[in-house]
Amino acid sequence: MRHKLRSLLTIVGIAIAILAFGMIRTVIAIWYSGIEASSPNRLIIRNSVSLIFPLPIAYREAILAVPGVSEVTYAQWFGGIYIDEKHSQFPQLAVDAATWFSVVPENRVSEAEMAAFLRERNAAIVGVQLVRRFGWKVGDVVRMRSMIFPGDWDFVIRGIYTGAKKTTDETSFFFHWRYLDEQVRRLQPWSAGNVGWYAVKIADPDRAASISEAIDRRFKNSLAETRTETEQAFVQGFISMSDTILIALRIVSIVIVGVILAVLSNTMAMTARERLSEYALLKTLGFRARHLVLLIAGESLLIALIGGAAGIALIGPTVDGFGAVMMRTVGAMFPVLGVSAATRTVSLLMALGVGLAAAIFPAWRAATLRIVTGLRRIG
Amino acid sequence: MITIPLSYSLRNLWTRRLTTVLTAGGIALVIFVFAAVLMLAYGLEKTLVATGSDDNAIVIRKGSQSEMMSLVDRAAVNVIRTQPEIAADPEGKPLAAAEAVVLISMPKRGTGQEAHVQTRGIAPESLAMRPQVKLAAGRLFRPGLSEVIVGAAAERRFEGIGLGRTIRFAMRDWTVVGLFEAEGSGFESEIWLDSQQLLQAFRRPVFSSVTVRLSGPSSFSSLKQRLEGDQRFNLEVKREKAFYADQSAMMAAFIRVLGLFVTVIFSLGAIIGAMITMYAAVANRTTEIGTLRALGFPRRSILLAFLIESLFLSLLGGSVGLVLASLLQNMTVSTTNFSTFSELAFRFALSPPIVMESIAFALIMGILGGFLPAVRAARQNILHSLRAV
Amino acid sequence: MAEPLIEIKGISKSYRRDSLAIPVLENISLTVGAGEFLALMGPSGSGKTTLLNLIAGIDRPDRGSIRIGGIEIGSLGESDLARWRSRHIGFIFQLYNLIPVLTAVENVELPLLLTPLSKRERREHAELALNVVGLSDRMRHYPRQLSGGQEQRVGIARAIVTDPTLLVADEPTGDLDKASAAEVLDLLGRLNTGFSKTIVMVTHDPRAAEGARTVRHLDKGILV
Repeated sequence: MRHKLRSLLTIVGIAIAILAFGMIRTVIAIWYSGIEASSPNRLIIRNSVSLIFPLPIAYREAILAVPGVSEVTYAQWFGGIYIDEKHSQFPQLAVDAATWFSVVPENRVSEAEMAAFLRERNAAIVGVQLVRRFGWKVGDVVRMRSMIFPGDWDFVIRGIYTGAKKTTDETSFFFHWRYLDEQVRRLQPWSAGNVGWYAVKIADPDRAASISEAIDRRFKNSLAETRTETEQAFVQGFISMSDTILIALRIVSIVIVGVILAVLSNTMAMTARERLSEYALLKTLGFRARHLVLLIAGESLLIALIGGAAGIALIGPTVDGFGAVMMRTVGAMFPVLGVSAATRTVSLLMALGVGLAAAIFPAWRAATLRIVTGLRRIG
Repeated sequence: MITIPLSYSLRNLWTRRLTTVLTAGGIALVIFVFAAVLMLAYGLEKTLVATGSDDNAIVIRKGSQSEMMSLVDRAAVNVIRTQPEIAADPEGKPLAAAEAVVLISMPKRGTGQEAHVQTRGIAPESLAMRPQVKLAAGRLFRPGLSEVIVGAAAERRFEGIGLGRTIRFAMRDWTVVGLFEAEGSGFESEIWLDSQQLLQAFRRPVFSSVTVRLSGPSSFSSLKQRLEGDQRFNLEVKREKAFYADQSAMMAAFIRVLGLFVTVIFSLGAIIGAMITMYAAVANRTTEIGTLRALGFPRRSILLAFLIESLFLSLLGGSVGLVLASLLQNMTVSTTNFSTFSELAFRFALSPPIVMESIAFALIMGILGGFLPAVRAARQNILHSLRAV
Repeated sequence: MAEPLIEIKGISKSYRRDSLAIPVLENISLTVGAGEFLALMGPSGSGKTTLLNLIAGIDRPDRGSIRIGGIEIGSLGESDLARWRSRHIGFIFQLYNLIPVLTAVENVELPLLLTPLSKRERREHAELALNVVGLSDRMRHYPRQLSGGQEQRVGIARAIVTDPTLLVADEPTGDLDKASAAEVLDLLGRLNTGFSKTIVMVTHDPRAAEGARTVRHLDKGILV
C-alpha cells in the first residue's frame, strides 16, 4: 500500500461514516428501548378517548375483580416544573405508594427506603440518573410547580431506585398519589379523585388479550370508557408518534452509506487509474485477471475493515457525547444503553459491503485491461 | 496580485470528471442533509408562528406551556371580556374568544397507529379573529349540534375524518360538516367545534384560554399588567405569536441538535474525500507545478489555484445538495409536537439565511479539504517537481 | 568583447543523500557573451543539467558567484528570484512541460500573466510568438492534439514571449524524431542569429550541438 497518506485518509473517512451510521442506529435503538423494557405480564388501562383524560379512582375495585388480574396500581402524570422547562424533562408520577413498586418490580428500592417512603405523605422515590444529574441526596427537599395542577409542591426524597434491566428507565420521580389528591381537592375540587392510568399485573401473559377485553367491557358505556392494552403495545403507540423522525433518521443513515461509497470508490478509482501500467506489467509477468481482482478487492476490503473497526470503536463514546449535548441544550435524558452487538455487526457488514462494491469497477478495468493499452501509459 | 487563471482550476476539475463527480457528490449529500435539517426546524417554527397574529393576545393559566395544560374558568372569562384594551366588533361586542382545547386519539392513515389530534371548541368570535382560517369545503357547524369542521392537514394525516364522515368521541357521534384551511399554520392540524358542545361532552366546566384582539399597539402591556396582577385568578397574558412560537422551541432545538450532530460527523467524511481528491490532483500535476514555479509564478499563486479548485468542487457539491433540498419544500411532515403532545403538520421551508448557511458550510468544507493539499503543492521544491515524470 | 552576459566564478554544488554529500560541480568558471549560442555536453551524471539549473535560477550554488546581466542572482531572495526568472529566463524543457488543460495560445500566454500587460496585449504577444514558431493555425489546440515537435515549438514560443534575456534549453530534442528535431534546432538557430537571442542548451545529441556556435564539455563536474 504505497500512498500511505491517501490510504490513511480513506480509512479515516470510512471510520467517520461508519461512526455516524452506527450512531444513528444506536439512537434509534434508544428510542425503541421502551419496548424492550416493557413487561409481558402488565396491562395498561387508560381513558379510551385520550391518554390526557383521567379515570376515576373508583374503578380500582372493579378492575381488581376482573378474573386474571392479580394486582392493580395507578399513576397520574404530574407535569412538574423543576427550576425551568429544560430541567424538567423527566417523568414525575403520583402513584399508589402501596402497590406501584410491586406491580413494577423493575424499579428496585431497598426495604428501608421503601418503609421511609410509605411513612411520609410528601415523600418521593427518585431514579438514580436523576440523582446523578441534579446531585440530590436522600433527605433533600425538592420544590416543584406543575403545568397541570396549581400551587407549589414540596417533596422530600426518601429513596433512590435503580433499574433491574439496562433498558429500565431510571429517570422517574415517584410520589404519593394521596398527597396529590389532597391538594387538588383543596384547590381544584372538580378534578379530584382521578388517576391518569392503571397498570395491572396479570398471572398469565397468554391471556392478555381476553383480560384486556374483559376490562374494557366492564367500563363500556360508563362515564369514562377504558382502553386496555399490553404495556408493549402502549409503548409502541408512543414511539409511533415520532415515526416521522425515525424514518428521517433511517433515510439519513442510508445517505451516509452513499457518502462512504463515494469516498472509497473515488480512492479505488484513482489508485486503479494510476496503476494501470503496473497491472499491465503484472499481466505480462503471468498474473491472471483473477489475481488482479483479488489484489484490488483485498486492498479495498482491508481499508474498509480498518476504517470500519475504528468507526465502530468510536460509536459508544460519540453517543454518550450526544446524550450529554442533548441534556445540556434541550434537557432530554437518554438511557445509557451502550452499543448493541447487532449494531456492531451490521456496521461491520456495511463496511465490508462498501469495500467490495467500491472495488468492482477498478477490478473490472484491471481484469479486462489489454496489456498493450496499459503499457502505453508509461512515460 | 498574480493569479493563475480560473480556467486552469475549472478545466482540471472537468478533466478528472469521475473523481470530481464522486467528491462533489459526497459534499452534495452532506449539504442536502444539512439544509434539510435546517429547513425542517425552520418549517416547524414558521408553521407555529403563522398560527398567531400580531393583533392578538392569548390569556392562559400562569405557567402553561400549551393550551392543553391551561384552565381558565367562567368567572375569569367574564372579567377578561370587560377589559378596555380589547377591540370590539362592528356591533360593539368585545373580540374575546374563550376556547377549550382537548386531545383526542385517532388512527393515522397508513399505519393505523393512534396519535393525538388537537381539538378546539371555539367561540362565535373565533373565526373573526383568525382571518387566515377559511372554509375549503362543506359548511360551518351549527351551534348546539354534534357537528365539527376538520383542518385540511388533519384530514390528510388521519383516517376516517373526511367530509361527511362520523367521528366518535366523548361517547357521542359527531359529523364532519366542513373542511378548513389555515395557510399552513398549526390550526390546519386541528378539529374545531362549538365550545359549548365540547364542554358539555367532556363535562368540563372550564375553558383553556381566551384569545383577544388588541385595540391598539400599546394595549398589550397594560392588559398584561392588569390581568396578571389580578389576585383572584392565576393568569398569564402572552402575544399570540410568542405563545405558539414557544411551542416550537423545544422541538426545533431537538431537530437542530440531532441533525447538526449527524451532519457535522459525516461532513468530516466528505472533507476527507475532498482532501484525498486534492492530494491526488497535486500529486498528478507535480511537473506542471514545477513548470509554473520555474516560469516565475510565486508560491502563493499555486496555493490559491489549488484552493480555488477545491472551493469550486465544494461549491458544485453544495449547489447540487441545496437544489435537491429545495425540492423537499413540496413535502409535508407530520409528527407529534413534544410540547403540545398533538400531531402537527408542517413543511420544509427554505429561507435566504439557510441558503447562505448551506453555501458557507460547503465552502468551509472546501477550504478544510483543500488547504493542506494546496500547501503541499505550493511548498514543492522546483527541482524535484521538474525531475518527476 | 563586450561585457559578458553570464559570468560564473568558482561554482561548486553537491547533493545530499542522507548524510553523504555527492559533489556534482567543482569550482566551475564560465562566461557567456550576449548573443551566444552555447551547447553544454557531457555524459549523464556530468552535472550539465545542474549547471543549467543554476544559470536558470531554479537552484542555488553551494559556493561561488553567478552574475547574469550584472545581477548576482545568488544573493536574491526566493520571491525576488522568481520575479527575476519571469523577466529574464525563457525555459525550454525536454518534455515540453505544457499545461494539458490550456490551449497552445493559453500556454504561451502564461508567462505574460506575470507582467502588467493587459489581456488584449497578452493575446497579441502570444499570437505573435506562435507566429514566429509557425504554429498560428494551431492556436486553439490542446497539447494532446499536437505532435511532439509541435508541442516543443509551443514550448519555444512560450519561452520567447516575454522577450527574456536568456533562453535555457534542457535536451530540447531529446524526445523528438529526426525530422522534428531538425525543425526545432533550425528554429533555435534562427532565434539566435535572426533575433540575437542568447541560448544555453544542454544536450547529448551531437547533431544538436552542431547547431550551436560554442560547445563546452562537462565531465565529472569539471569543464573541459
